Amino acid sequence: MAAKQNMNSRRDALKTLFRGAGLLSLGGAVWGSTAVTLKASELTLRPPGALDEYHFVKACIRCGTCVEACPYDTLQLATLDDHTAIGTPFFKPRLIPCYMCTDVPCVPVCPSGALDVKKIAKQNDGVKTGKPDINKAKMGVAMLDQEACLAYWGIQCDACYRACPLFGEAITLEFKRNERTGKHAFLKPVVHRDICTGCGLCEHACVTEKAAIFVLPRSVATGKVGAHYIKGWDKDDEERLRNLKEKKTEESSPEDELNDWEYLLDDE
Amino acid sequence: MMSSIIERNRYLILRRTIQTGLLILFGGANWWGWKLLQGNYSSAYVLESFYLTDPHAVLQTFATGFIMSSDAIIGGIIVLIFYALIAGRSFCSWVCPVNMVTDLSTWMRKKWKITQKEYFISLNRKTRYWVLGLGILLSPIVGVAAFEMINPITMLHRGIIFGFGAGWAIIIALFLFDLLVVEYGWCGHLCPLGAFYSVTSRFSLIKVKHDVEKCTMCMKCFDVCHEKQVLNLIGEKSGYIVGECSNCGRCIEVCNDSALKYAIYNYKNQEVQR
Repeated sequence: MAAKQNMNSRRDALKTLFRGAGLLSLGGAVWGSTAVTLKASELTLRPPGALDEYHFVKACIRCGTCVEACPYDTLQLATLDDHTAIGTPFFKPRLIPCYMCTDVPCVPVCPSGALDVKKIAKQNDGVKTGKPDINKAKMGVAMLDQEACLAYWGIQCDACYRACPLFGEAITLEFKRNERTGKHAFLKPVVHRDICTGCGLCEHACVTEKAAIFVLPRSVATGKVGAHYIKGWDKDDEERLRNLKEKKTEESSPEDELNDWEYLLDDE
Repeated sequence: MMSSIIERNRYLILRRTIQTGLLILFGGANWWGWKLLQGNYSSAYVLESFYLTDPHAVLQTFATGFIMSSDAIIGGIIVLIFYALIAGRSFCSWVCPVNMVTDLSTWMRKKWKITQKEYFISLNRKTRYWVLGLGILLSPIVGVAAFEMINPITMLHRGIIFGFGAGWAIIIALFLFDLLVVEYGWCGHLCPLGAFYSVTSRFSLIKVKHDVEKCTMCMKCFDVCHEKQVLNLIGEKSGYIVGECSNCGRCIEVCNDSALKYAIYNYKNQEVQR
């Protein structure tokens, strides 16, 4: 009798254990997939000085001090329907772009390190100072849809060119003869992605119904050639190959495969 | 008459004042640029000099493998120490805005005599500890502070301070869950933040103390308590209320016999006091 009771209680204990484990894994699966879905936000533009998206969603504590520090109401905190990690800051340049405050008030107030002054540190003779430099921000990069751009049609419009805070650097105008009329010029805006901060003033200024120039996160808008392609005509790029070879003894990295391409150097 | 109503609700009035007052201070920072308390309950920038941070959020972030800046970590430690050593689990009933939502559903539940149907859904009071553990466990797997992705507490205060978006739906769902499905469902069964503070503030200094000599077993404290399991010593023995007690003080207010009061925890002698 006692043995039977023991059996029952053991069976009950096992039942409870499995039921608990089942509930826990079900809950974990639902919860986990919700969290993963909510944070899958490749198209979100973050404030200046933000870590890369992968680390940013980990680091951000969702306190909104950056939002309150922003004098233009550019930044907002994501709510449930903003398709990004809930509570994290972002901006939509077509509504309100980043006006590139020279003192960058949004970055130093961040308590968690999700916005890092070091990422946009002002440089003095190549040495990083503690001060932020908004021109170093890489919030995104402006992309231009030539089909929708009036300037590429031959109609004179330089709204984006004039709105750009890095005037004449991040966007330049390319002059081309308009063969159709034979007597006019195209003034085509061209974005220089290494200078563009992604502030979105161009997107905000664009006169077309849906902006022909718009900011996308760099991770989305840029491609990557891969380390094994070397510009043989470019002295600096050749240097890159030599430097990597020297590095090899110190640490092994995925770029070690470069050594398979050493014969490219031997030609010289 | 009036003064007796105030007397009988003195802690409730004080709690609601603090809860709404903090929200107004946070809101004022966002709407009118006040500098007293910026941010929100996840992390508050106090008087533009230091931060107070939600230690549970810091812990989850730590679990993802990211070490926050010292500002946030120090802020988290200050908050943790305050509740762990002094105030107990009082965040839940004195600060948290969700408390006002769930108290409203409890009040309506009593008014409309909505009773719980155990066969419909029954939740264990310990569920919250599993939610707490699961949230910490999930954080490194999903690569983000897991509870912060679905946290209705932060959704509510962010909503009030910064605007709700669709966050309203979650708060209404929470309200209805407490009203129609499980009594004290969120705060008393599920919330991992409450579980976090229950665990960390076991030995806090401020606790509610029971004097069995004065108790007449009228059971009024059981009527108002949201964590009835902590009242197991009522009428049995003198001592301190520990466990999931959130120091709300409702039991003190309704007690006609002065058998309950706030007291300083006696670490050496926990049961026999006069």
